[in-house]
Amino acid sequence: MSLLSIVSLKKSYASPDGAAGRQVIVDVPAFSLAAGQQVALRGESGSGKTTFLHLIAGILSPDTGTVVLADRELTALSEAGRDRLRAETIGYIFQTFNLLQGYTCLENVLLGMAFGGGADRKRAIALLERVGLGERLHHYPRQLSTGQQQRVAVARALANRPKLVLADEPTGNLDRKHGREALALIRETCREQGAALLLVSHDEDVLAQFEDVLDFAALNRAGTEAAS
Amino acid sequence: MTLVLIVFRSLRQHLLSTVVTALSVALAGGLLMAVWAVKTQAQATFAQTNTGFDAVLGARGSKLQLVLNAVFHLEASPGNLAAADYEYIRKHPAVRTAIPIAVGDNLRGFRIVGTLPALFTDVEYAPGKKFALASGRLWTGDAREAVIGSFAAERLGLRTGDTFQPFHGLVYDEDHQHAETYVVTGILESSNTPADRVVWIPLRGVQTMAGHDPRAADDVSAVLIKLRSPAAGFSLDMMYNKQGNRLTFAYPIGAVMAELFGKIGWFDRVLALIAYLVAVVSAGGVVVAIYNSMSARRRDIAILRALGARRRTIFGAVVLEATALGVLGMIMAFAVYGVIVAVVAAVIRAEVGVVITPFAANAVMGWAPAGMILLCALGGLLPAWKAYRTDVAAHLAPVS
Repeated sequence: MSLLSIVSLKKSYASPDGAAGRQVIVDVPAFSLAAGQQVALRGESGSGKTTFLHLIAGILSPDTGTVVLADRELTALSEAGRDRLRAETIGYIFQTFNLLQGYTCLENVLLGMAFGGGADRKRAIALLERVGLGERLHHYPRQLSTGQQQRVAVARALANRPKLVLADEPTGNLDRKHGREALALIRETCREQGAALLLVSHDEDVLAQFEDVLDFAALNRAGTEAAS
Repeated sequence: MTLVLIVFRSLRQHLLSTVVTALSVALAGGLLMAVWAVKTQAQATFAQTNTGFDAVLGARGSKLQLVLNAVFHLEASPGNLAAADYEYIRKHPAVRTAIPIAVGDNLRGFRIVGTLPALFTDVEYAPGKKFALASGRLWTGDAREAVIGSFAAERLGLRTGDTFQPFHGLVYDEDHQHAETYVVTGILESSNTPADRVVWIPLRGVQTMAGHDPRAADDVSAVLIKLRSPAAGFSLDMMYNKQGNRLTFAYPIGAVMAELFGKIGWFDRVLALIAYLVAVVSAGGVVVAIYNSMSARRRDIAILRALGARRRTIFGAVVLEATALGVLGMIMAFAVYGVIVAVVAAVIRAEVGVVITPFAANAVMGWAPAGMILLCALGGLLPAWKAYRTDVAAHLAPVS
């Protein structure tokens, strides 16, 4: 049984140079992910990986195609419905962490829960302790190292007990040592929480850690070709 | 709870902007409340100030001038009335009390008023309240003695036993000093009436002061009248104002003062308009403060949306933030209001002797904060709309 099932997913934008027609960024005929599965997508910068993740998360709406996540067809939901599904089902880890700078570590994690099942302070603290930041609960992101900030992002992504964690170049801003540590932490915590993981990266060192690695270029027919 | 956290954090993140904007709301709200409260308080207080009398009889002229001169000790006297006119009204069956006053001199800007001791012994300036001496005694007979109102005594630095020489005219001119020397025999307790600003001497003292016209030695400037019944006032009004043409009977005193406020109502409206404009400009400040910071907030908004916050949650958070700025501002506005009204009250007391109650309950303290907060909330709609439309994907950079 697939947790995530994608069929004929297409997303295009108006050509930036003003030329007639639209530039197709994502054109994925089929993709699926099982519950608890951990898959890495290999792709170069600008290949549409982030757009693909945004489509899965419901942040963007596709032009055509369907995304079924946890038995719910994302593309058939209203925007508010997609927001709710995202809040309840998906955890998102960004390359630049995207922590809210005006909030403490604990508040960042609590906000990761707030729009889904509701804030659970005990769980937020437990998650931060799990990622080794039990002593930094009330620190602000600017008071943490980049590695520590990424760990807060991991805790926040797992805060709402997601079924799927999307990780977009999660080690891109870390050095090799911290990158490996962060990746191990992401994979371990996802396993512990029973969440599937879909990670995109162009870093071969990262990709080498995964058993399931797919080439996004092979998956995505769009490439850079223009569609009319 | 989440909304409150988002709003609180946002206010703190933009602390300088928050403080400046809230202060502008405080100034506007405080000004609006102060203008309104001073207006209503002053009107009510002036209309109620009659120092225990129903009417004033004086020379033919403006009723308002007569009341301002005889009751509030402002303005020049419209002229004198003869002793016979005073005797007539004193003996009129409809009149309970008639107290003559004579003016024409000052002591370093404070008006000297000649009157009878009965003003202090017989008249209640407010229900159950008579003028009382804080120290000393009343003058005796027509001696060159004086009793000083509390405010005048404080400002002039006079104490019982001190002496002074009056100055001629109602405006202080040091070159026009009378030769007579008066002894201060008593200081009045504060009555919070215009009497506090007066130097009181015997009626004959003013009438016979050297340099005054000896032909008017028996004249008085006005007669303060307490009637036996309100109906008598209308018949005397008919007799003096409509059938006669020598004298003016100002009755009732409150109505005459209300007429004054009616005449200067345009000024009230201008002040209120300015206060309203300041309020609108301040609400505009809320719009500008939040709107200008929206570019910096877009990343945070995008992150919140990526975490599952709905558009309407973001919209609500921005409106709530504008509302919170209004609430913060209006809390501070009460301090601004207190300062403005206390200063205005002190000025009114110093200039007129009338005491307004700055912190008395006033409807404006309800509707002005509610109105300002609503205005701020409405001001939040525009930046909230901008926040509502934030493109999430575009602000979650970088894109790979």
